[in-house]
Amino acid sequence: MTTLAITAAPSGRTKRVLPGFGLTMGLTLTYVGIVILLPVIALMLKGAEIGPARFWEIITAPRAMAALRLTVTAAVIATIFNALYGLLMAWVLVRYRFPGRRILDAMMDIPFALPTAVAGLSLTALFSANGWYGQLLEPAGIKVVYTIWGVAIAMCFTSIPFVVRTVQPILEDLDPQLEEAARSLGATPFTIFRKVVFPQILPAFLIGTTIAFARSLGEFGAVIFIAGNLPMKTEIASLLAVIRLEEYDYNGAAAIALTLMLIALILLALSNGLQWQMNRRRGQP
Amino acid sequence: MRAASTPGALAPREDRTAQYVLIGLAFLGTAFIVAVPLAYIFWRALSDGVAAFAANIIAPDTLHAIWLTSVVALITVPVNIVIGLSAAWLIARFTFPGRKLLLTIIELPFSISPIIAGVCYLLLYGRQGLLGPTLGAADIQILFALPGIVLVTLFVTAPFVTREVLPLMQAQGSEQEQAALTLGATGFQIFRLVTLPNIRWALLYGAVLATARAVGEFGAVSVVSGSIRGQTNTLPLQIELLFNDLNIVGAFAAASTLTLIALIVLIVKTVIEGRVGREE
Repeated sequence: MTTLAITAAPSGRTKRVLPGFGLTMGLTLTYVGIVILLPVIALMLKGAEIGPARFWEIITAPRAMAALRLTVTAAVIATIFNALYGLLMAWVLVRYRFPGRRILDAMMDIPFALPTAVAGLSLTALFSANGWYGQLLEPAGIKVVYTIWGVAIAMCFTSIPFVVRTVQPILEDLDPQLEEAARSLGATPFTIFRKVVFPQILPAFLIGTTIAFARSLGEFGAVIFIAGNLPMKTEIASLLAVIRLEEYDYNGAAAIALTLMLIALILLALSNGLQWQMNRRRGQP
Repeated sequence: MRAASTPGALAPREDRTAQYVLIGLAFLGTAFIVAVPLAYIFWRALSDGVAAFAANIIAPDTLHAIWLTSVVALITVPVNIVIGLSAAWLIARFTFPGRKLLLTIIELPFSISPIIAGVCYLLLYGRQGLLGPTLGAADIQILFALPGIVLVTLFVTAPFVTREVLPLMQAQGSEQEQAALTLGATGFQIFRLVTLPNIRWALLYGAVLATARAVGEFGAVSVVSGSIRGQTNTLPLQIELLFNDLNIVGAFAAASTLTLIALIVLIVKTVIEGRVGREE
């Protein structure tokens, strides 16, 4: 009888021994409702009001299509760079000991800490025709500012930390015995990396890459400085949403914003799914 | 010169060569894309001399932007601390249906790009928005004024405190708090004397991250503030305005103040991270 009572207890009222349930519930729900949910619901209601036919018409209009295509293409370029660079940084920071390693590690947090507008300003000035980088690149015929490359570089900067910071802890926890076994069997370092290390860090690598891609798609502050924002050419989708708002075209703004939010939520679900799979594989519930 | 603890130290020479090449590439890449853009901010801000830099900072519009940004941070960070603690207490100490959903909603602002947050707020409070006409009739101004800027800043900073404090509270469990309760302590006494000392560094860390974000937010604020010169222009928006005015050195001077804040945040973060680790 007693054992029965004990096992039954945790699911019942005993969980609420501590005070403050009503207060924190009321405070948190009110706040979440006003600050987060209400605005998001406003966007969804607006989207529902537009209707699917009109929604499709807005999204597939030439200017919106051009903006979406530019945003996705630049984000893909930025993410490919960040995937490679992030992997390199995680590997070097975890596996090697060298002077300046801690500074290099701290540098990885700069893009998170620095306001995006500041990053955009600095990159624009560096890559413009008379800037430090522009002076070297323009004579070679490479134009960055006011092109898709500028958009990609700005996106790249603000999403640098994601791949590094998701791969780093996994790489630190790897069992060195597997690699030693592979080495003793005569595998080359590259083969060891490809066949032993990479499969183990792959889920984390994919999560980091997905988040970096989502962040690049949504980046605004850094991009608008360097992009020049020419309609049909270097205008990103989120800027087009803002322009529609300024023209009082609320339907146009809502349709574009909703499209971007949907893509972001799909990417979030994808990275959560990967996270769940990774935890299961590593034996955690 | 001892590097015996690293794999590869005892490995053949081609391994060492690869190691040096990879370290070199890491330094080169980071210098090119992170270090130089960072250093360039101060270099350009001071390129016309210290006097010109000071003049740019105390230009009335820039000074007003600094003041407005400080006001926004002073309002949003305390709110974040109170609500973040409340949400963490609720989720860590009680079980109720929808607990996971609540946490997902609190973390939603991390996945929604700030510009979309701005659009949401405009669709809610704008003249043709959901609540716009009602508020307009009551003569309450939310958009293009301080309340709008504060609200979107609250949106983008909502997850920070909870995300730092919650895992720690979950890991620590509630035995100490329950012991305090049986000894007759009230709820606030338990929180102040038992919970708070255990989570103070994580709380400070979350508050620091929220401050950095509140001070630097650009996209969301730019949609709802209307960027009225000397009125609703926060410091990040002022940078854009000066840049568009082709006052590049002025823009960099304004940017350098935000960069200094970012560097301070990083230093504080490094110091606190060690302590949060010890709390766990």
